[in-house]
Amino acid sequence: MPEITYREAVNQAMAEEMDRDSDTFVMGEEVAQYDGAYKVTEGLLKRFGEKRVLDTPISECGFAGLGIGAAMMGLRPIVEFMTWSFSFVAFDQIFNNAANIRYMSGGEINIPIVFRGPGNGGVNVGATHSHTPENFYANAPGLKVICPATPYDAKGMLKTAIRDNDPVLMMENTILYNNKEEVPEEEYLIPFGKADIKKEGTDLTFIAHGKAVLTCLKAAEILEAEYEVDVEVVDLRSIRPLDEETILNSVKKTSRVIIVDENKPFCGVGAQIAYIIQEKAFDYLDAPIKRVSAVDAPQIYSMPLEQVQLPNAQRIVQAATSII
Amino acid sequence: MSQTEAKEDKESHVDAFSENPINKNLTAEEKINFYRQMMEVRCFEERAVHSYQQGKIGGFCHTYNGQEAVAIGTISMMQSDDHIITAYRDHAHGLAVGMNMNECMAELYGKVTGCSKGKGGSMHFFAPDKNYWGGHAIVGGQIPLGAGIAFALKYKGTKGVCLCYMGDGAVNQGAFHEALNLAALWKLPVVFIIENNRYSMGTSEARSSSVSPLARRALAYDMGYDTGIGNSVYEVRVKTEQAMEKARSKNVPTLLEFDTYRYRGHSMSDPDKTYRTKDEIADYKNNQDPIMLFGSILIDEGIASEESLIDIKKESRKKAEASAKFADESPFPEIEDITKDVYWEEDNPEHKTSEGTMFFK
Repeated sequence: MPEITYREAVNQAMAEEMDRDSDTFVMGEEVAQYDGAYKVTEGLLKRFGEKRVLDTPISECGFAGLGIGAAMMGLRPIVEFMTWSFSFVAFDQIFNNAANIRYMSGGEINIPIVFRGPGNGGVNVGATHSHTPENFYANAPGLKVICPATPYDAKGMLKTAIRDNDPVLMMENTILYNNKEEVPEEEYLIPFGKADIKKEGTDLTFIAHGKAVLTCLKAAEILEAEYEVDVEVVDLRSIRPLDEETILNSVKKTSRVIIVDENKPFCGVGAQIAYIIQEKAFDYLDAPIKRVSAVDAPQIYSMPLEQVQLPNAQRIVQAATSII
Repeated sequence: MSQTEAKEDKESHVDAFSENPINKNLTAEEKINFYRQMMEVRCFEERAVHSYQQGKIGGFCHTYNGQEAVAIGTISMMQSDDHIITAYRDHAHGLAVGMNMNECMAELYGKVTGCSKGKGGSMHFFAPDKNYWGGHAIVGGQIPLGAGIAFALKYKGTKGVCLCYMGDGAVNQGAFHEALNLAALWKLPVVFIIENNRYSMGTSEARSSSVSPLARRALAYDMGYDTGIGNSVYEVRVKTEQAMEKARSKNVPTLLEFDTYRYRGHSMSDPDKTYRTKDEIADYKNNQDPIMLFGSILIDEGIASEESLIDIKKESRKKAEASAKFADESPFPEIEDITKDVYWEEDNPEHKTSEGTMFFK
């Protein structure tokens, strides 16, 4: 199997789906001539031409809405946000239009659109550019939200997203773009709502999504080596729909849970998951559910401090040792 | 132009546009039909007001009384590949594209027989089978969607045009400017139509917009613009046709502005006591009413009589009354319907690929 980067995985998924369906096109800031602000769309303009790979003005509300209008008419736009932090100026289009039009039309209109791009902190760009808005968007019935952590998952899930008849929001991470993994050459699709156990274990469950999954794996290694704790790492992959079954099965197996999330804690994804666990697996718990999230303040710029603000292996290990 | 001048100018204005081939070539039946459509919209709205006062209709309800010539005139120029999208004052556009009164009234009543199964309400009418893409309630939010509809037409190589309506308040939203820039930049076949009823809710145009006429904002995007008198079906048709032709043949967008007026408050919740005078409303109603004016034209042209027009009014009222009865007798949606029509995938389980929980408690 060839080893490809997360960036190449996303690129391949788009290219393959554009080959498959001429109604699929990509638009966003710098996606065409510039080959992508993070080079995720590299080569697509050359391959598919300017009709299907469109540079937009810096006008997120305009082009997000334009994409939704085109999707109402049956096209399958892939709209790239240079970062999800910029999606907030298009928030009304996504939250009101993409999410609600199917409902308000009594199911008459579908919105087969994908919004994607990186949404992460950890790169010292300050508060405005470091948002992880999966909790905001997953709050809206009508939207689907996915946060793949690995190249394999990114490719398989984005292909599913592009074929999906509902609006799908894929949140990537600039720090993950260079990560490599073996990915099959033959076509595969990964369904939404299916978590992946990235490491099996018996003593403690980590539940995470996006880059936090990799941080959890590091923390699991430390816990194994230094504390002989065997951790299970559940990668949600998909936030909405959510794989409750895998979460609950793991909790029932280990009886101890830490939810790790690069988002801020209040009203974050972890809050809903903690609620689900207490409701459906209360009797299996041997310790309170712990959460490790970003420190609850706007994202700090200062380099060493941002590393502390986001969940790191050390903070996760610390939380783990308090409940084992 | 002041209102008085407009009034004095009215006759020559109407005459000039009646001689345009797109109006001159109309059959008597087509002309009568425009009158009927406007009257039906008026009667529908009046019946809706009555139902609202009876407590049958919830939330916000924005009526179209006074503006009828804009929706009927513009939509009369649509061909089979043309599409429309509008804001929340959307009943008239729905009726004009051929939605029936029953499904529209039932939607206002929140009934399952409504056009959106009672899930959208007054501000969210949709009929994609009739190329009507809503009914959008966030001011200006539909304008990028309109550009997107035009984008899709061009992408697919369809020779269609999107008519994208908005009120005069929408021109101050960012979405308006972003959509106009994109439409001009990418040469999209869209006609943006400002229905300028002079007040964005209770704030007059002069108190909310720095540029007049509003359509002149198109200059910022090197886009063509035009203004017209919105109470003349003939003028509205001619101006619309000119803009649509540019869009159809050259993919050139236009910003059109029609001067119009609404008789009732912004919505049913607006007591209409603070920002305009009763005299102003009465003047428009008595002298510039689009239905009255078009009726006079039909009589002058010898294709209708006072009596035949009264008959149309009676029939329209009857139809509106019947729609209220239909709405009243229709059932509400069931509790289980609340979570239907959210996701395509959930509503089509035979094609479902996702696993896991989609709806949460």
